[in-house]
Amino acid sequence: MTSLAGNAVLTQNHFELFSLPVSFDLDLQQLSANFRALQQSVHPDRFANASAQEKRLSVQRAAQINEAYQTLKSPQRRARYILELQGVVFDDQSNPVMEPMFLMQQMELREALSGLKSKANPESELDKILASLKVAKKEILTQLAEQLNTPETADLDKASQLMHELQFLDKLQSESEAIEEELMDRL
Amino acid sequence: MALIQISEPGQSTKPHERKLAVGIDLGTTNSLVAAVRSGQAATLADEKGEHLLPSVVYYAKDKTRLVGKEARQHQISDPLNTISSVKRYMGRTLDDIKAKEPSLHYNFIQTDSTVPRIKTQAGEVSAIEVSAEILSVLKKRAELTLGDELTGVVITVPAYFDDAQRQATKDAGTLAGLNVLRLINEPTAAAVAYGLDKSSDGVIAVYDLGGGTFDISILRVTQGVFEVLATAGDTALGGDDFDHVIANWIKQQLGLDNSDKSLNNQVLGAACQAKQTLTTEQLANIEIEHNGIKATVELSLEQLNTLIDPLIKKTLMPCRRALRDAQIELDEVKAVVMVGGSTRVPRVRDRVGDYFKQPPMIDINPDTVVAIGAAIQADVLVGNKADSDLLLLDVVPLSLGLETMGDLVEKIIPRNTTIPVTRAQDFTTYKDGQTAMSIHVVQGERELVSDCRSLGRFSLKGIPPLVAGSARIRVTFEVDADGLLHVSAREETTGIESGIEVKPSYGLTDTEIEKMLLDSMEHAEEDIAARMLHEQQVEADRVLEALAAALDDDGDMLSTEERQSIDTAAENLAKLKTGNDDRAIKQAMQELDKVAEVFVSRRMDSNIRKAMAGHNVDEFNAQD
Repeated sequence: MTSLAGNAVLTQNHFELFSLPVSFDLDLQQLSANFRALQQSVHPDRFANASAQEKRLSVQRAAQINEAYQTLKSPQRRARYILELQGVVFDDQSNPVMEPMFLMQQMELREALSGLKSKANPESELDKILASLKVAKKEILTQLAEQLNTPETADLDKASQLMHELQFLDKLQSESEAIEEELMDRL
Repeated sequence: MALIQISEPGQSTKPHERKLAVGIDLGTTNSLVAAVRSGQAATLADEKGEHLLPSVVYYAKDKTRLVGKEARQHQISDPLNTISSVKRYMGRTLDDIKAKEPSLHYNFIQTDSTVPRIKTQAGEVSAIEVSAEILSVLKKRAELTLGDELTGVVITVPAYFDDAQRQATKDAGTLAGLNVLRLINEPTAAAVAYGLDKSSDGVIAVYDLGGGTFDISILRVTQGVFEVLATAGDTALGGDDFDHVIANWIKQQLGLDNSDKSLNNQVLGAACQAKQTLTTEQLANIEIEHNGIKATVELSLEQLNTLIDPLIKKTLMPCRRALRDAQIELDEVKAVVMVGGSTRVPRVRDRVGDYFKQPPMIDINPDTVVAIGAAIQADVLVGNKADSDLLLLDVVPLSLGLETMGDLVEKIIPRNTTIPVTRAQDFTTYKDGQTAMSIHVVQGERELVSDCRSLGRFSLKGIPPLVAGSARIRVTFEVDADGLLHVSAREETTGIESGIEVKPSYGLTDTEIEKMLLDSMEHAEEDIAARMLHEQQVEADRVLEALAAALDDDGDMLSTEERQSIDTAAENLAKLKTGNDDRAIKQAMQELDKVAEVFVSRRMDSNIRKAMAGHNVDEFNAQD
């Protein structure tokens, strides 16, 4: 007889669902292989001809697996999720205190962005900004990894601070991308 | 008494029986149906050997309807009763249509329904009904060719179709009496048709330029799994725009003005003709007759290229956007698939090839490639290919959001999120004793509600009366594998779950669908009763068969009592199925559903565990 555990799967955290250890550094290939194996077994396409009940359940499970996969796949969302598992509550309304160095760097990027449209070649300028954002993000993620590879011993305050910095960069990035779209539309 | 047949382990209940399933490309200009036969997917022809069915329906005075070529013959003599390109109106309100077509092609009328209707001499019809006529013809064609009733169909939609357009397409299928297994995106279908799951793994781009729309999809293929990473497009850009720029050029060359409508039509036709000529020739001769005077002009391939280059360039921007959303670099794209009639234009192929730095794939006829892919997917979905790894993981093409204060949109499900997906959002009441609220759902990327497409207001009724701000209503947005949005709500503090009724303000209501069904049948009431009964019987067969197979595989997950109650419910359904009470059959199915719930849930979880234990599904089903 197979295990009769009822809704055990629904209560698993994302790492457990994919049979992976809770750690920031992740075997991404394993993650996506496990994702595919899971979807092969529960995706609604495998139940297209099944009872209404099975269809419903399969949509629920497939959605849960998608959510878990998207969370773990993105370094940023993965970091936030690990912190949440450690009990950190993110309040999107709060304004945390930022390091002066970081703020300086932010202001420079923002100035470059606002002066962009008057530039002769805004696209290449924009590419430069996007590239430096990428570098800055990568740097923070490296620092986050140091903290979150062993979540039990992580400095949660430090990690949360880094997450806030990432959010700042994200905001800049989406503003840059909005400008990029504008530039594209103008062409 | 009919009992569930329990076959030997490892045998399906009806060995070697293939289920009939087809793929349908419900196109703007032409529609097609395709099926997999003896392992080969191909489009099906009508009795005259024609594969393409023009998407045109003629409504005659005596209420007969003609579909396809015969209908098209009435287009010039009786344009108001000959409906073509109806796909453009699917899921659209009258305001949407007016915004796009300042001078309406048909007599649209607004009724109390949110779905506009077109007045014809045979009565009023909606775009959904017109599409259902086309689907019915394809259904008949398939059943005639394949020799039996269809178990299910897959219908394709443009990747960029929003929720309302998808829902309308599915409703049209239901109305045509089809069991719609899945709506799949046209670009994904094309990738399947090319068998890209069978070649090596990697990232592919599907460039789909049709008559009126453009889509680009970036997919990752890994061991049979097509994962759509991003999709972008322009719903108002296509080969028709090529025709218009050519037409304007002709008028300029010949010094014609814009005032004469029939002349405009003639020039447009000539433009389209010239475009087609130039897919194989270097020079096209254009002849226009106006007020008895013939005028000619030559269009060179070079000139054509200059004319359409800006339009082609406009398609490359969504390509860039899609790559960025997918976080894929250009050099990671290992194949580019071309779909849609407009990709026959050599310049399009060249420019796309230049952009992606490789020659695009054009081996399969761009007109039939989508239907063929849909047929392959339909064959897998009905379970004819138990060992298939083919799995399509598609995305939400446009962000879904809610109206918050000040005309602002709060995104709930961002674009390019893999489906199915569920997201919950909490709301509260702002008045004491408030029992209803309305949620405005929009789709689009812009920040202002007025810049997005309104999907409608979902009204929540039956909220338990509480002090203002103390109710916590959790609204769940679910986008299913068809890309269709479902909204459900529950009050969390009192736990009233099913009491809250969610009603969308767009699309057809069940009553409307029923009425349309009635309208579509000659001996309406008997027909409808017979159809309902038949549908329930087919459904019951399906449910019983699936249950038998499941019990076969995993019967040992149940205790004796649990097994007993499932068997009893199944026997009851099997008995009622042979009678003629469709409601009783439906109810018996619901009862069986209920007692089987625990079994179904255990099986699903066991699937998950098996998948993670390194046993893949193939191994699991290998005994079939």
